[in-house]
Amino acid sequence: MEAAMGLMRRIPPKHTETALSALLSLMPHHSPDLLSQVDQPLQVLCDVECGKQFILCEYNRDADSYRSPWSNKYHPPLEDGSLPSSELRNLEIEANDIFAIYRDQYYEGGISSVYMWEDDNEGFVACFLIKKDGSKTGQGRRGYLEEGAWDAIHVIEVGPEEEENTNYRLTSTVMLTLTTNNESSGTFSLSGSIRRQMSMRLSVADGHLCNMGRMIEEMESKLRNSLDQVYFGKTREMVCTLRPPSEVTQMRMPES
Amino acid sequence: MAEEEEESELSDKQKVEIAKWFLLNSPPGEIQYVAKDVKSILNNDDLYNEAASEAFPVYNKFHLISLPMSNRSGDVLVNSFGELEGNAFLEPRTAQVAIIDHVKQACTEVRPATDEELPSPYTEEFRCNLDAEILKYVEEAYPKGVCSVYCASGKDVEGPGSDFELAVVISAARHSPQNFCNGSWCSVWNIEFKDDQQTVEVKGKMQVGAHYFEEGNVQLDAKHECKDATLFQAPEECAMAITSIIRHHETEYLASLEASYLKLPDSTFKDLRRKLPVTRTLFPWHNTLQFSLTRDISKELGIGK
Repeated sequence: MEAAMGLMRRIPPKHTETALSALLSLMPHHSPDLLSQVDQPLQVLCDVECGKQFILCEYNRDADSYRSPWSNKYHPPLEDGSLPSSELRNLEIEANDIFAIYRDQYYEGGISSVYMWEDDNEGFVACFLIKKDGSKTGQGRRGYLEEGAWDAIHVIEVGPEEEENTNYRLTSTVMLTLTTNNESSGTFSLSGSIRRQMSMRLSVADGHLCNMGRMIEEMESKLRNSLDQVYFGKTREMVCTLRPPSEVTQMRMPES
Repeated sequence: MAEEEEESELSDKQKVEIAKWFLLNSPPGEIQYVAKDVKSILNNDDLYNEAASEAFPVYNKFHLISLPMSNRSGDVLVNSFGELEGNAFLEPRTAQVAIIDHVKQACTEVRPATDEELPSPYTEEFRCNLDAEILKYVEEAYPKGVCSVYCASGKDVEGPGSDFELAVVISAARHSPQNFCNGSWCSVWNIEFKDDQQTVEVKGKMQVGAHYFEEGNVQLDAKHECKDATLFQAPEECAMAITSIIRHHETEYLASLEASYLKLPDSTFKDLRRKLPVTRTLFPWHNTLQFSLTRDISKELGIGK
């Protein structure tokens, strides 16, 4: 398992799906561990009842079917597929509506889904998913990207209420690839995945949705910043180390 | 067959193929780490050795790795232009042949090149002059660059009247696993000397990769190809002209990589996710409590369309 995770840290993130299926076939007895520890790009299905797309993950899966957050029905249909309690389902409906607006404001498109389920210690777990295709053939408004995918997975464990406070533990993963391609500069592709955690103890007076939403918003901004500043920055630094910027070499260019 | 007995058990051949896939997709400078993990997952030395013996040579040549020669007379670049039979690679500058252990990524033996392995005096003069100019350029432009100039075809051409082809290979790698960062720059230039047209055609392929993996996994993968031409002149003049073409295109390419990075924060990345919402203020989560009562959320938030 350690070796498998070691490989996943090195294999180019755009090959995550291939790498994961290769590992699953090499080590079938570790498949539950692999599936829970390796994040993979999100898949989408269309809810036939309301014609809206929803995102698939381990948390809305039962057998080989996936529950849509819009109609609360399994696709393909499944008798006695597990459902959240009606109270939690109400919160889930509300979360989906609000999160769709949040998503549209930051992503100018994309698909989002929120799933909730009861856990064993009187709290619940919520999973917020966003998928955006930012390529020029997808929903990239500015049309810069030949290829552009952003997948965000936020899982929040919400503890039981204690003296009007609740513990929230958020684990977030962002996976992205972006590729630009043009005549003069060739193909330029960056791909990556990072995962971070954050815990907070917050008053329930503002409501769970408000608390969870703020945490996710803060985390997404942090992740986006560190991808942009730190991770992309480090690869740029590496390029400059390999071949220092042109001004330096041009100054030393012999005149012929 | 034995593999049919256990449900969907992979055949040995499939396992070797998967192992090779992982090895070949190793980022620059990381194949030994990947190999260690692959070996432990396969848990079968025979299968691992088979995969490694097939994948390492391909990886080494693709990434243009350079290895110190065992007699300490410099480095040899591993690539298809210098490849001879039996894991041997020509090092044209010192007219030596290095024997390579691909999996250990080490040079085990060095011998002088034979006359048949070297180009004719006529093409050698072009090669040697170009090598001298390229070496000067690479030492200037790449802090850790290694380069080599090969005769890619027509090495038996004895004098004017026939075409021949040289290849310039430049490789610069930086491995700093302690800083969770590795990277490589590879460029290969094909130079065709066309006797009847009295022109020299230059075609280049540049490839840059970088991997940063502290608490994450982010990789740059950039490629570019270009073309240029110059006049067929005397060896010294050709060497200068070709080197200046290569210098020009590589400098331009580096500038375009810089430009791509500069465009990231405000344009390219924005098509995935904005830094701030369209409204330029954080999302009004505090206003969301009353939503359960009013279904018309957009209107309620004052962001209706």
